[in-house]
Amino acid sequence: MGSRSSHAALIPDVENIRRETGFSQASLLRLYHRFRALDRSKKGYLSRVDLQQIGALAVNPLGDRIIDSFFPDGSQRVDFSGFVRVLAHFRPIDDDTGVRDPKQPEPLNSRTNKLRFAFQLYDLDQDGKISRHEMLQVLRLMVGVQVTEEQLESITDRTVQEADEDGDGAVSFLEFTKSLEKMDIEQKMSIRILK
Amino acid sequence: MLRAALPLLGLPLAAAGAAEEPTQEPGSWGEPPPGLALFRWQWHEVEAPYLVALWILVASLAKIVFHLSRKVTSLVPESCLLILLGLVLGGIVLAVAKKAEYQLEPGTFFLFLLPPIVLDSGYFMPSRLFFDNLGAILTYAVVGTLWNAFTTGAALWGLQQAGLVAPRVQAGLLDFLLFGSLISAVDPVAVLAVFEEVHVNETLFIIVFGESLLNDAVTVVLYKVCNSFVEMGSANVQVTDYLKGVASLFVVSLGGAAVGLVFAFLLALTTRFTKRVRIIEPLLVFLLAYAAYLTAEMASLSAILAVTMCGLGCKKYVEANISHKSRTAVKYTMKTLASCAETVIFMLLGISAVDSSKWAWDSGLVLGTLFFILFFRALGVVLQTWMLNQFRLVPLDKIDQVVMSYGGLRGAVAFALVILLDRTKVPAKDYFVATTIVVVFFTVIVQGLTIKPLVKWLKVKRSEHHKPTLNQELHEHTFDHILAAVEDVVGHHGYHYWRDRWEQFDKKYLSQLLMRRSAYRIRDQIWDVYYRLNIRDAISFVDQGGHVLSSTGLTLPSMPSRNSVAETSVTNLLRESGSGACLDLQVIDTVRSGRDREDAVMHHLLCGGLYKPRRRYKASCSRHFISEDAQERQDKEIFQQNMKRRLESFKSTKHNICFTKNKPRTRKASRKKKDGVANAEATNGKPPRDLGFQDTAAVILTVESEEEEESDSSETEKEDDEGIIFVARATSEVLQEGKFSGPVLDTENTEGQHTVCLQCTFYVEWRNHGLALPLIQHVFISPDSDCCAQVARVS
Repeated sequence: MGSRSSHAALIPDVENIRRETGFSQASLLRLYHRFRALDRSKKGYLSRVDLQQIGALAVNPLGDRIIDSFFPDGSQRVDFSGFVRVLAHFRPIDDDTGVRDPKQPEPLNSRTNKLRFAFQLYDLDQDGKISRHEMLQVLRLMVGVQVTEEQLESITDRTVQEADEDGDGAVSFLEFTKSLEKMDIEQKMSIRILK
Repeated sequence: MLRAALPLLGLPLAAAGAAEEPTQEPGSWGEPPPGLALFRWQWHEVEAPYLVALWILVASLAKIVFHLSRKVTSLVPESCLLILLGLVLGGIVLAVAKKAEYQLEPGTFFLFLLPPIVLDSGYFMPSRLFFDNLGAILTYAVVGTLWNAFTTGAALWGLQQAGLVAPRVQAGLLDFLLFGSLISAVDPVAVLAVFEEVHVNETLFIIVFGESLLNDAVTVVLYKVCNSFVEMGSANVQVTDYLKGVASLFVVSLGGAAVGLVFAFLLALTTRFTKRVRIIEPLLVFLLAYAAYLTAEMASLSAILAVTMCGLGCKKYVEANISHKSRTAVKYTMKTLASCAETVIFMLLGISAVDSSKWAWDSGLVLGTLFFILFFRALGVVLQTWMLNQFRLVPLDKIDQVVMSYGGLRGAVAFALVILLDRTKVPAKDYFVATTIVVVFFTVIVQGLTIKPLVKWLKVKRSEHHKPTLNQELHEHTFDHILAAVEDVVGHHGYHYWRDRWEQFDKKYLSQLLMRRSAYRIRDQIWDVYYRLNIRDAISFVDQGGHVLSSTGLTLPSMPSRNSVAETSVTNLLRESGSGACLDLQVIDTVRSGRDREDAVMHHLLCGGLYKPRRRYKASCSRHFISEDAQERQDKEIFQQNMKRRLESFKSTKHNICFTKNKPRTRKASRKKKDGVANAEATNGKPPRDLGFQDTAAVILTVESEEEEESDSSETEKEDDEGIIFVARATSEVLQEGKFSGPVLDTENTEGQHTVCLQCTFYVEWRNHGLALPLIQHVFISPDSDCCAQVARVS
């Protein structure tokens, strides 16, 4: 499968991307092929429409939000480096322990950054907090129709209450992280083939 | 694989007839009766069919009785109950007739009882899942079975050398290997019967189940090879024989699969032409599948593989070709036959055990076998899983491994094979028979009974580590969904390249050949009653005053909305969500304080209500229930809501775009969609007036499961062929506008192009993709693609 056009030289700006995301050559190539396959009209970038073509996303409750996450800051197109940057969050965590230059920015697939990615999916208005309203919206997305509005509201209240420590009625990123400290994020948000 | 000359049901039944009628009417038809007899007892004439019917009736009545008690059926799998019933009945017959009458005859078993079950499994197997996990399945089936056979056989021989097996069991190494080969195969009937009760995730299910189907080839080969070696005598076996044995493995398996595919092809081809004779369609399906089985048997290839491949291969085309009613008929009949056959098998197993003249007991052999099969299976599973996890994208964890090794049940196939042994060549046959009976009983009863509590305990144990808070529960689901979505974006469902190639080949050649022409012409037409559409909802949603679709004769289920659902109690939610959903059931019992109780209640509410992400789906190959898959329902709901939202966002962006007028457009009658479906998308909120639909450039959106995941879409798709069709109309403005500040779509490529789709964002696009199956098609087209260009050949 990788033998068709196997040169990394095809990928624009490959060195920078590699450094930033930490992907291996093979993974980048694979992602590049995927990018090209999604970009049906060969524009060189992906628009929302291209991503919406993936049918399986239409039956995923968070599908649209994921698509939106590829288009930060309201842009309408994503090029390959943007595409890869988002996907880099899902790279499995490297096993090198601790020997990292503290001055360098954290790699995109660190636990904090993975959590931040998820946090941004909840926090639609990007104000750094998940308000009760935003939590309610997420719950509405994720829960089937047999749960009524009142039940949803009470669940939202409890959820926010549980996580909220400073009592401001919203969940900040730190509170979010704290509530998930026991969860194995590394495994839940990693795709193995993206090494 | 079997001596087909073996008598069928007739023989035991006739014997039974003789036993039950010790006082025969002397010369009941030899001499003329003394006078005109008003009434004669004609037992002999109806004996055979009557007995068959009677047995099946007894079995069915037994099932009814079992299900009267909910408690019993939730604890004990049906297969156990049936075996126990068989034991009881066998005991009765033995007591009455002083000899065991009914047996599980291998001939009957292989020719009549096994094919329906295998056909049912093959036909309803989720093929996408199957092919995704094919590597794992093949590994377990081939390597695992070989490993099991050799190690068990060798260990038993070792046991004999060590003196733990009595010397009256005269068996050499080859005999033990023969025995090992027949006892090591996981049985599809038993596995399916038990796993139905235990809800495991779909990957695990398909692996165990696929393994049980595919290991038939290996078992057949091993059995035959060992049998012939035994017959030849161990001294005469030469190296070439070993090589031939290995070669025959490939011949048997690939040959069996090839036979299956040939018949699948034939079946698909013939159903293409049955338009005028709809009534024979179900018959064709069964006959050709059965013929595949028999042909493979005749050529001594693997018949199970043949039928499985036949079912897998033909399903797509057959479903497209035959009528709706025929499909229902096929589905129900298959399930009925399979269920009936399974019931009879288990009952006969019970009965056959009672005949003690057929078996001889040796404790060492029995206990040794039991221990070894469990031990070596567990060991084999662990080793293979470790190896497979290096390559698998979703690793199989410890619980999966436990379930896999514990769920390797032996069943009727092993029994039938052991009965087939020739006593003159294999002197230890009786001991083997006894051992097999004990093994089968043990696995089906003991393992069947305990697997459900075991799984529950393990899952609870796993989730015990973190008693999940509401937050964690919710976020876990969120992460699972996110992961699934990103996996889809990355497109990593493995074997992508080959699947694409296959699908292209299929589209270009196979579908054209095997599918009825109308099957995909119909797809082009929106109001095709073939679909059950949510048009009314879509229209009412989109419609701001335009025409409403009327009188298409469609039944339109309305979109579920949150407020319209009646209040459901927590217990209902819990019951609906099934046993796998919420496993901290004990929490509710141990909770005392009101606050915590409320917490727990909410927990269950959430648990029960959350959509299940991909990894947690339950397998749905049930023989006993043909209910709409919860999976499908969930997909439908999510899909509808997503489309609603997209439409909303599209509408809101359109409103941002300034439109001046609303010009009706002439629509050319192209081979595509439109006509008949009115649509209206208000441009700047003003309802369009007097638009005949000839005037509107209608573009329809159907949603497609991209990447042509046909079999996958048959899950999302349902056999009811649902789709949501949005109809939105493009206006010329938008066309001529050419540029606009709409944030939704990029406009670069539209300079100078008049493309309808661009602006409407949603459009329909079937073209001649040659889409055979009614897929949910979601296609967003980008402006300069050629589909769009065709649609937009306007003014």
